[in-house]
Amino acid sequence: MATRGFTGRRGPPDVQGRVPPGQSLTADFPVLSAGPTPYVETKDWSFALKVGPKTIKSWNWAEFGALTQTQLTRDIHCVTTWSKLDTNWSGVLIDDILAAAGLAEPPTLYMLAHSYDGYSTNVPTADLVGGKAMVATLYDGKPIAPDHGGPARLLVPHLYFWKSAKWINALQFTERDEAGFWELRGYHMYGDPWREQRFDGD
Amino acid sequence: MTATERTREPLRWQTAKIARIAVQTPRVRSFWLRLSRPFGFLAGQHVDIRLTADDGYSARRSYSIASAPGVGDEIELAIELMENGEVSPFFHEVAQEGDDIELRGPIGGYFIWNASEPGAVLLVGGGSGIVPLMSMARHHAKEDSRAPMLLLYSARTSDDLIFRDELASLKARRGSFQLVTSLTRDPAGTADYSRRVDAEMMREVIARLPEPPREVFVCGSNPFVEAAGQGAIMAGVAPKIIRTELYG
Repeated sequence: MATRGFTGRRGPPDVQGRVPPGQSLTADFPVLSAGPTPYVETKDWSFALKVGPKTIKSWNWAEFGALTQTQLTRDIHCVTTWSKLDTNWSGVLIDDILAAAGLAEPPTLYMLAHSYDGYSTNVPTADLVGGKAMVATLYDGKPIAPDHGGPARLLVPHLYFWKSAKWINALQFTERDEAGFWELRGYHMYGDPWREQRFDGD
Repeated sequence: MTATERTREPLRWQTAKIARIAVQTPRVRSFWLRLSRPFGFLAGQHVDIRLTADDGYSARRSYSIASAPGVGDEIELAIELMENGEVSPFFHEVAQEGDDIELRGPIGGYFIWNASEPGAVLLVGGGSGIVPLMSMARHHAKEDSRAPMLLLYSARTSDDLIFRDELASLKARRGSFQLVTSLTRDPAGTADYSRRVDAEMMREVIARLPEPPREVFVCGSNPFVEAAGQGAIMAGVAPKIIRTELYG
């Protein structure tokens, strides 16, 4: 249905192909949160890799910083309809986390990311490995600000950004695709911006 | 917590007609949309709006519902004109009564309050962050809830207070509802506070409630929500009972 009198404001033609349907470009970096920002100091920070309930490896801040560091420049897309191009992140690829934990193959098809504030979100393992995702500790070469998820956040840039859990403290392999915080509240289990999978049933 | 079950019913787009437009403040107008397929909703939920150009290009935005749940087939949205915006200028400068708009909803299963919940509730709104909180305040009044409710509402000037008269009336009529205003530009000194929300203000406001809040809802810009949320934590509120919603 065309809306009477609406012409819209499209992005520059050279980047239109990078903006998924229903999204618009922003130069800012808006914040979205369900609760107040937890302030986690790096001296208190730790990150665990779990298979089911069992922790198979954990790292403190210094140990995590000693893992292979990778830089990714990616477009990101928030379900609240902003997209931001060419965001620059550094951190540890999920592949390198699994290798450091001695896992040659992922043990299950699904993962849950857990955060310091109790947040969780589910992502299929295949969307986290193969260089697609990382636990990021730097944005634009600087420590990630607390309100943007620092000290460390998940980065899964090809899915809506609620999947890129802020304040991450664990990744957990699960047998089934278990709904996380927003997924329990009506948001899509997968969240592909190019298919506009915003809500359950999209 | 309510409405945490996964909704299995897909959210379908529907056409709604703009039944009425009213100027609320110099920058905010209310739009009453008549739903072609009315739905029930909870106080604090929002809808997604989809505007489509002749060539198929479309833009979407989420807007909180200002109405109280259960008031027929119309919902009220209060839309602030955003500089360099795409959708809000359409609503302010192009949309007219009688126009059809596409929307779907209700959306949101976390930033919601139900009058059947016991205990005191603190609402903290900055600017147009008042909108979902207004739905809660109206719901509180409509259900004649005895739950102590306090709204701390911050805006730039007195003229920027959306729903100013209605809130004053709620405060005057209802013993269980308190309103505290905070204006960042207040030469006449008409507000309870003439400054930005800070930790001290949060502490004083929480002390006005007859009992500690069981739930806290904060909605506004990122710096506003950060100041109010951290202020509430410093005042002794557990982070897990603070629910936030941010815009811009």
